[in-house]
Amino acid sequence: MTAAIECLHAHKSFREPADREDRANRRGGRGFAALRVLDLVAPRKVRVDAVKDVSFQVKKGEIFGILGPNGSGKSTLIRLIATLLTPDSGTVTVFGQDVVSDRLAVRRCINRVSVEAAFFKRLSALENLEYAARLYGLDAREGKRRAEDILERLGFLHKKMTVPLENLSRGMQQKVAIARALMTAPVALLLDEPTTGLDPVSKREVQDFVLEVRETHDTTVILTTHDMQEAERLCDRIAVIHGGEFVAMDTPESLKASFADERGRVPTLEEVFFRLTGSNVDDWMREQGE
Amino acid sequence: MSKVRGESLVDKVKSSYALVQRNYNLVRRDAGWELVFIVYEVVNVLTIGFIGVNGPKETMNERVLYLVAGALLWGFLSALFHEVAESVAWERWEGTIEYSFMAPQPRGVYMFGVCMWGILYGFVRTAICLAAVTLAFQISLAGANLWAALLTLAASSLAFLGMGLAAAVLPLISPEKGSPATHIFQAVVLLVSGVYYDVSVLPAWVRPLSYVSPATYTLRAARAALLEGAGVRALAPDLIILLALGVVLIPMGFAVFSAGERYAMRTGKLKRNG
Repeated sequence: MTAAIECLHAHKSFREPADREDRANRRGGRGFAALRVLDLVAPRKVRVDAVKDVSFQVKKGEIFGILGPNGSGKSTLIRLIATLLTPDSGTVTVFGQDVVSDRLAVRRCINRVSVEAAFFKRLSALENLEYAARLYGLDAREGKRRAEDILERLGFLHKKMTVPLENLSRGMQQKVAIARALMTAPVALLLDEPTTGLDPVSKREVQDFVLEVRETHDTTVILTTHDMQEAERLCDRIAVIHGGEFVAMDTPESLKASFADERGRVPTLEEVFFRLTGSNVDDWMREQGE
Repeated sequence: MSKVRGESLVDKVKSSYALVQRNYNLVRRDAGWELVFIVYEVVNVLTIGFIGVNGPKETMNERVLYLVAGALLWGFLSALFHEVAESVAWERWEGTIEYSFMAPQPRGVYMFGVCMWGILYGFVRTAICLAAVTLAFQISLAGANLWAALLTLAASSLAFLGMGLAAAVLPLISPEKGSPATHIFQAVVLLVSGVYYDVSVLPAWVRPLSYVSPATYTLRAARAALLEGAGVRALAPDLIILLALGVVLIPMGFAVFSAGERYAMRTGKLKRNG
């Protein structure tokens, strides 16, 4: 059976500005002042692997979670599936369609909610949604009706729908982003930290809605998150990505069970995450602050 | 399930209307600023027109019309170019570029919408300026061939849209430097195209650039239509050049933009913050 979403040995790297440390290392350390002249010939950009040889399959109707620290490659992976980046090597397919050669066909199947609520913020929720409906080939009236239904379902007040988004909270904006993505009834939904910045009630409403969408439409979902409780609640399987590589992939229960200690104590998902990414709570807090 | 439109040409045009409606909503939302820009443009055209009031009275109408025609035509063409060339920069600024570019539409649908908006926006702004200028200077257009002038404007729009499409690639491949580069390009076109003077006054080393600028032919043909009442037959050489430039520049601009988009997707420059 064809997987809904399949990544096979996907690899993506970028050229990024080299920092002083990198450049010093490349010229053989910072000990010799005379060697500093080599800074002139040391590369100003270095190749950074954002996603390294990642392979996985997601079944139709599955909610697949990707956990990882900041900069671990989660969003790059989502962008590869969303046809916003082309892989350097390997293949990525959505319902059998290749993200490079069948880009338009893939785009008809998917939609995405990114961590930043990307809108024309001077426009209202309804104006943004009308734009999205038309551009995505929906009947504008039908799209608007669906978006209003979804927004109401997410607890978004009707009177706020005509207020410029710049005057709404981040949580409200994120709800509009979710409504915009679901308005097109995608068969595959890419959620890149969709609940970041939401209050606990809104977070719960969004999580319930994701589960409902999966139940009612058999939608396949890839979810990246920092919230371990969210991952445990929503995801059928979880992959942990670190330094661009998948370091673990299993159901939440199996992941935790595989790290049980000799006395049989099963750790929390958070503890598993820290062990897999080689970080501790202090590192984690520092990274979140960056 | 939502009703998704089909693949017909009419459906594509309807989808591209999304850009027109979005930009209209943005203009409506920022109506105060829009008013400021229009007032500035009207004052700018009037200021240039008053330069022509100096000198012999019997040729004043001709002088004022020469300058005002240049200012109005440049206003239209530069608005057209700006709206198309800056469309990507706007999307970057708002952070919506990934969402817009992820839409299941060929890129031509998006760019067609941008061009439709550019034409409408440029036309409305120019019409407002024209009304103000006509009132201020009591210009006589009795001997002018307005249809020929409009035809010239339509023919030149194609070439300017093509240049705009090519220039739109700059903010796509260089998030920081792309937008300023489009302004430099626009400024060079202004310099070499004879907007307020005949291109014969340009230094010899600059003049070759005027031959490749569509604005040169637009201004020459439009002025001939407005000042001398020249008909389509007399303007044919310039109109053919403009159409030929359009036929070459639109596919070329689109090809350049598509290549730029592929580069941005390979290097990750489509991302919001570069």
